[in-house]
Amino acid sequence: MHLARLILQRLALGIGTLFLVSVLIFLATQALPGNAARAILGNTATPEKVAVLSRQLGLDKPVARQYAIWVSHFVSGNLGRSFVGMDQPVSQVIGQPLYNSTVLVVLAALVSVPLSIGLGTYAALRRDGRLDRAVTTSTVALAALPEFVIGILVIIILSTEVLHLFPPIARPNPSVPVYRQLDELVLPVLTLTLAVFPYITRMMRAYTIEILESEYISMARLKGLPERIVIWRHAVPNAIVPAVQGTAMQLAWLAGGIVAVEYVFAYPGIGSALISAITERDIPTIQAITLILASVYVLLNLAADIITILVTPRLRTGLR
Amino acid sequence: MLTVEGLSIELEGSGVDIADEVAFTIRGGEILGLVGESGSGKTTVATALLMFERHGAVLGGGRITIDGRDVFAMDAKTLRSIRGRLISYVPQDPSMSLNPALRIRTQLMEILVTHGFGTSNEEREARVAEMMDEVLLPSGRDFLRRYPHQLSGGQQQRVAVGMAFACRPAMIVLDEPTTGLDVTTQAHVLRTVKDLTRMYGVAALYVTHDLAVVANVADHIAVMYAGRIVEVGPTETLFRSASHPYTRRLLISVPDLSGKHTLRGTLGRAPGPGHRPQGCRFAPRCKLAISECRAEFPPDDGPDENHRVRCWRWREVVAEPADTEFASRLRTEDTDGEGAVITVADVRCSYGDNDVIHGINMSVDSGRCLALVGESGSGKTTLARCISGIHSGRIAGSIKLDGHELKRNSRERPKSDRQAIQYIFQSPYASLNPRKSIAQILSLPLKMFFELNRNERETRMIEALERVSLDGSLLSVYPDQLSGGERQRVAIARALLAEPRVLICDEVTSSLDVLVQASIVELLSKLVRDLGVAMIFVTHHLPLVRSLADTVAVMNRGELVEYGCVDEVLDNPQAEYTKNLLADTPTVDIVDVP
Repeated sequence: MHLARLILQRLALGIGTLFLVSVLIFLATQALPGNAARAILGNTATPEKVAVLSRQLGLDKPVARQYAIWVSHFVSGNLGRSFVGMDQPVSQVIGQPLYNSTVLVVLAALVSVPLSIGLGTYAALRRDGRLDRAVTTSTVALAALPEFVIGILVIIILSTEVLHLFPPIARPNPSVPVYRQLDELVLPVLTLTLAVFPYITRMMRAYTIEILESEYISMARLKGLPERIVIWRHAVPNAIVPAVQGTAMQLAWLAGGIVAVEYVFAYPGIGSALISAITERDIPTIQAITLILASVYVLLNLAADIITILVTPRLRTGLR
Repeated sequence: MLTVEGLSIELEGSGVDIADEVAFTIRGGEILGLVGESGSGKTTVATALLMFERHGAVLGGGRITIDGRDVFAMDAKTLRSIRGRLISYVPQDPSMSLNPALRIRTQLMEILVTHGFGTSNEEREARVAEMMDEVLLPSGRDFLRRYPHQLSGGQQQRVAVGMAFACRPAMIVLDEPTTGLDVTTQAHVLRTVKDLTRMYGVAALYVTHDLAVVANVADHIAVMYAGRIVEVGPTETLFRSASHPYTRRLLISVPDLSGKHTLRGTLGRAPGPGHRPQGCRFAPRCKLAISECRAEFPPDDGPDENHRVRCWRWREVVAEPADTEFASRLRTEDTDGEGAVITVADVRCSYGDNDVIHGINMSVDSGRCLALVGESGSGKTTLARCISGIHSGRIAGSIKLDGHELKRNSRERPKSDRQAIQYIFQSPYASLNPRKSIAQILSLPLKMFFELNRNERETRMIEALERVSLDGSLLSVYPDQLSGGERQRVAIARALLAEPRVLICDEVTSSLDVLVQASIVELLSKLVRDLGVAMIFVTHHLPLVRSLADTVAVMNRGELVEYGCVDEVLDNPQAEYTKNLLADTPTVDIVDVP
């Protein structure tokens, strides 16, 4: 009963956050300079033509009404029509890039999350050892570099100047399934992994050390429990929460951080799509992409919160 | 049976000793109380018995044998097999030591499984149930399925005690297991520990800073000072004829419930690792010290085989005549509201929707001290906060200062009212701003309430520091350079600088060691007489009441259960609650303290 209420509460908060985000996105795109109808028709259009198109697009209606229409369409899966490219539905414009980006993010997550959780925990268990020192120094260095710099370094080292192992740009053929052209994806995935893993690794290391120094771990050792049980039964369950929270935060970051990395590799993903939509003032596409990115952010954090509640007895059971 | 010989523990790398030359013996069925102030190395010694080193500490040398087995020579695997089986540990704070992610049952069963206790799960379940019965906890499924946070502090500590006795060990180490528990709960836990050690013939080491606690449970007492054991002896002998000057200091600083002796404090502090002098480490604070004391740590000596002391001059200490200053102090009998500074009439207040105080009437005269006593949750601190105007909830009833009604919130009170009531908080570590110098801290009330120039302010601040037995040169230092006791003195000086009519002290000694506590109580008691302020002393510790207060108000669940003159209430309590509280309070029966 208590548990259900707590989760419903989180869900409601998540939906509320999404609503606020949608309002912000809508207002921000409203504030963009220029009239959408003029943007579509170009500078040569007559004022009459602009007025007609404005009415067709619903730009003459009050802002609140425009918002309501937009949101209701969005919720029912209708993302509107793009201003450019022959009046295509937005869903078609962003469909393929969205898929491409999802593949990239999922691959990067599959590599970086287990790697960094494992590495962080291991470094904590072998605290002050050689591996721990290597991990702490290298992660500081990597964390200090922006992801596009990492991307360029990766290209220099593995693709152009030093070694010639992988193609410097990633343009998978849309008609062939991605998993058959993985070599195209190696460098972008590597770049994203290098950008994400320092944070999760350092966080896991710090939390694991805190847990290992806690009194309940000392107590478990003073009870004579084998180290295997001390770690797996006593330490790991308490480390799930930081692992989940950190992972969710970094995955959410990936969803946005991908924009710069895709640009470096000229990868046809959602980032590239967003950048071209901005240059073309394709407002419906900008709105759709930003709202999707924001939803991913909110949903990941929501999922992390719910998992946290489920694995923390104090939250799950309430007091007594 | 446990024997420790020549044990030393060092700080990793530096070789600075945390404890050295530690030696004692505990026989089966006996409890040895290891007493010392914070920083004396007692907890380090306690965990060393399980060959457990805390981060940064390493075992230097020595010999530890339990039932003839040399613990020091054991490899890691053998050590693991004896921890929890041959020797077990009860931690200081069970709320931190029980794993929050695991059910009680899991944490109890695993120790049995690990050490192969019992042959089947049924047998182990039965043992768990038996353990729960022994520590007076329910043994039903529902209870065992709970997580630690679903138990009260006392229940958590019982689980920890049960766990320690689970595999019927030969030796058990208890590390201040009753700190943070109410007296009633503490009394239950102590009784359980004592019964179980007797019943199973377990040798127990009970580590504490509280002499009164060990006086009731220990057979022998070892006193530790600055990393060394300075005196060991049977409990009664030690209390009757303490032969080390430090032990004597400790004894007179224990608040005495019976009121036969007055509290006396000791200034200065015990030296920490790396700052310890050559020879006897107590010498710099000892008035009997001679050149020999400063040159060499005295050898093991003493009146008889069981009572050992490490002091060059123990014969002089024993022979020293009783101190005549211990006369019963003056106490006035009038508790009427006449001349009352603070009068509280039918005060009720709440936190949110919860009523926490239900109609309290009391008053304090000038130059008198009222002790507000109760267990946690009794509402005593809330009442003190209501009077000082920092309680944020609803307040009904009347609170009067010198006959006029006070506003509820201190922000609405005129400057003169705010000046008249000063509050001293529980933790001197939290109540002084670490970024401000002592001069900045002390000048605040002067700037608030008086028109003074720089020099006048400085003169008053130095006077105030001297009044609380601190040196005027401390004005330029920051709080983190001071010990806990010194910080609390600064907090008192700050309150005095406002020239208050009423001083509210909220558990001001509970985070301090006994010697420091005694000196703070001595100081407060003197200030009340000298300055004629009315003091409200909030505490859960009844013996302090006898040493300090004139009247006492006992609170339970927001009600005033007993109110009157200290001697009357403590010697002849009327309310059932007060009687129980008194019965559960550990006491030291010091026959003739010199």
